[in-house]
Amino acid sequence: MWKDDGTLKKPVPEGPAPEPVAQRLRVRYAKRGRLRFTSHRDISRAVERAVRRAGIPVAYSAGFSPHPKISYAGAAPTGVASEAEYLEIGVTRHCDPSEVLAELDASLPPGLDVLDVVEARAGGLADRLEGSVWEIRIPGADPAVAEAAVKEFWTADRVEVERLTKKGLRRFDTRQAVASLSLVDGPPRTAGQEPGQPCVILRMVVRHETPAVRPDDVLMGLRLVAGFAPPSPPEVTRLAQGPLDATTGEPADPFELDRAGGDR
Amino acid sequence: MSAESLFPRLEPLLPRVQKPIQYVGGELNSTVKDWDEATVRWALMYPDAYEVGLPNQGVQILYEILNELPETLAERTYAVWPDLEALMRSEGVPQFTVDAHRPVRAFDVLGVSFATELGYTNLLTALDLAGIPLPAAERTEDDPIVLAGGHAAFNPEPIAEFLDAAVLGDGEQIAIAITEVIREWKDEGSPGGRDELLMRLAESGGVYVPKFYDVEYHPDGRIRRVVPNRAGVPSRVFKHTVMDLDEWPYPKKPLVPLAETVHERFSVEIFRGCTRGCRFCQAGMITRPVRERSITTIGDMVEAGIRESGFNEVGLLSLSSADHSEIGDVTRGLADRYEGSQVGLSLPSTRVDAFNIDLANELSRNGRRSGLTFAPEGGSERMRKVINKMVTEEDLIRTVTTAYGQGWRQVKLYFMCGLPTEEDVDVLGIADLAMKVVKAGREATGSRDVRCTVSIGGFVPKPHTPFQWAAQCDHETVDRRLRELRDALRGDKEYGRAIGYRYHDGKPSIVEGLLSRGDRRVSKVVRAVWEDGGRFDGWSEHFSYERWMAAAERALAGEPVDVDWYTTRERDEHEVLPWDHLDAGLDREWLWQDWQDALNSGEVEDCRWTPCYDCGVCPTMGTEIQIGPTGKKLLPLTVI
Repeated sequence: MWKDDGTLKKPVPEGPAPEPVAQRLRVRYAKRGRLRFTSHRDISRAVERAVRRAGIPVAYSAGFSPHPKISYAGAAPTGVASEAEYLEIGVTRHCDPSEVLAELDASLPPGLDVLDVVEARAGGLADRLEGSVWEIRIPGADPAVAEAAVKEFWTADRVEVERLTKKGLRRFDTRQAVASLSLVDGPPRTAGQEPGQPCVILRMVVRHETPAVRPDDVLMGLRLVAGFAPPSPPEVTRLAQGPLDATTGEPADPFELDRAGGDR
Repeated sequence: MSAESLFPRLEPLLPRVQKPIQYVGGELNSTVKDWDEATVRWALMYPDAYEVGLPNQGVQILYEILNELPETLAERTYAVWPDLEALMRSEGVPQFTVDAHRPVRAFDVLGVSFATELGYTNLLTALDLAGIPLPAAERTEDDPIVLAGGHAAFNPEPIAEFLDAAVLGDGEQIAIAITEVIREWKDEGSPGGRDELLMRLAESGGVYVPKFYDVEYHPDGRIRRVVPNRAGVPSRVFKHTVMDLDEWPYPKKPLVPLAETVHERFSVEIFRGCTRGCRFCQAGMITRPVRERSITTIGDMVEAGIRESGFNEVGLLSLSSADHSEIGDVTRGLADRYEGSQVGLSLPSTRVDAFNIDLANELSRNGRRSGLTFAPEGGSERMRKVINKMVTEEDLIRTVTTAYGQGWRQVKLYFMCGLPTEEDVDVLGIADLAMKVVKAGREATGSRDVRCTVSIGGFVPKPHTPFQWAAQCDHETVDRRLRELRDALRGDKEYGRAIGYRYHDGKPSIVEGLLSRGDRRVSKVVRAVWEDGGRFDGWSEHFSYERWMAAAERALAGEPVDVDWYTTRERDEHEVLPWDHLDAGLDREWLWQDWQDALNSGEVEDCRWTPCYDCGVCPTMGTEIQIGPTGKKLLPLTVI
């Protein structure tokens, strides 16, 4: 719409502007059990509603269709469980992180569990999430075959796989993103697993790169290099994510900087 | 049968299907009760995909009411998509509830809510997956009572073969009454088996048990009569009407799904019933009389519903929401209460007049005034008189002029094609109307930035309406008229580009027509279609007209009737209709007279503000119109 002086007038809603963000809260939450089947969109709807039910004073964007200021860092894929998902909420007045933890957790369905809340005191949470630890449980798989496949994969320079992405079929290397990969022991518990059946548990640290290498890409890589194919759907869990320690290669707690009082 | 959770067997299948979260349950406000502590157990089904079924108000209301009863539990089940169906068959996983993932066959009752006939094939899939024999006659003591409700249950004959029972009308009280009958029968040690239970239900007069009625036919295929085949069974079955909606403020705790569904909002039914008298509208005929929920109960329900759900949109539902006697105070009061709170209000189903624009303005105080919807339904003045939709062209133009003038940029108009007595000119009249609407909008705004969208669907004659005797228009004629309308709209240089056009082709309406006015012989067609792979008939990507026609030809071979006989044939006054023994309270002579009046373009007023015109419902059902005003207002929440 053109105003009389010839400038373009963007329509704005009547009424007062939305309240500004007074504090940013960072939340670590888990996606467990049957709620691993939620998609990223499902989770964001559930979180928005839980925030409203809990009465957390979330800030909203301006405009005709205001959105709550909640942002998500690298969500685990649908069907994958996680002990380490992260989001950030902008609120309009200062809140006690431990109260927000309790209230938000009580408002979310069981299975979406809030584990930690800190006040953001340092920049760029997403940038700190450099890598993830993944655990993959594969019921009914032969440990010897798995062991050999892991070795084959680890000694290869490149293991290329193909995946259908939003931009079409892409071919990319999975090997270089994998910082560690091994078979581990653990309690054999997987959906649909017969008692006494062997269960292979893989543990790996994967660097967050573009294009993202996902656990199923690594599994595909294992199949390609050594014919290792899960006899039933594997159960995947992200155990941790954070800045990768230069010496151990393991992710550290991404909230450390915030807890320490930040870099200001 | 064991009622143990099937989830351990279902879980390994979930990574292999689309949108697995829909099968997981665990919605906020969902309920899982102890199986062994309940005597009467209901599985409630909406026979469509979870994303459509979950928001259904009927199922949510009954789910909550039944779970509030002692020693009673209710769980929900929905149609599974073909990808999961295939895996369940190969892995031997039966139809399950989403609450505790119990096998549907283990329940006492499988209650299925049919909002539309297009869910019939999905019922068969669920029964088959559950391990319940499709024909009711083959079921044993180990099978649940399969009970149909919802608007389509006002003529359940096309699926009578698969049903043990059906109920007509409002479900709240009859669901409780059925629960009591079952409890008593079970407490007595289930004497006489399922036959006696069905007999006890039938005797009450409020439950239709198809197997207790015989249908006799004339040699030419028409029904001769429908008669009870044993003593004690009433010759007519009546619908149920809940009086005083304030006593039934459900849902109190709306289900909040994790999965995305078609309606992401909290809905409050602000009144039930409608007496506008639109002759095509089955809902308006079978839900009479109008019963309003009071402004204070509406306010309380909205407040509690938002608090319990975390939804940020509230829908004020009814068949014609602007007709609530205190709708102005309701919308103003709610808009005041939730101003600045991010809670949005919507008012679907509104009529064509200026008052509506005031309401819409109130609901969009700070928002963008994007689109308003009106439903003139008929394209010409004559057509609108036939269907008793009393909107003049003058009304419509005046209304849209006001709307555009107050900042609304788009007007959506709903119409039907294939109405009784319709001619090409009636449908082409829609193009003239749409152009006049755009012209009025341009004049009112001084801008060319206004749009009008025409949405049009095929008309299907429905039971218990004045058009129940009418010939349905064949799909070739409907499609031709829709094409001609499209060409008339698109071809216009001045207005064509400002008018959007959305339409559905006529073939699905013929199948809907077959299922709407069919009789028991149509059961064979439904089964044949299902056996041939028919599923999800309400979804264009799954629906196959050719499959339905081929199945009908096979299933009705040897019968003196065919699809045309059920759809495009006009019935005469005294033909016995398949649903004549099912009573919605409407006087048959009044319906016939209204059909004759339609043919003569005679109009009927609304009995809320003119004298009773004897449709028959109130005296038959012992009901009365319940409307305000109460004179009360909604106070700000902080005051309360």
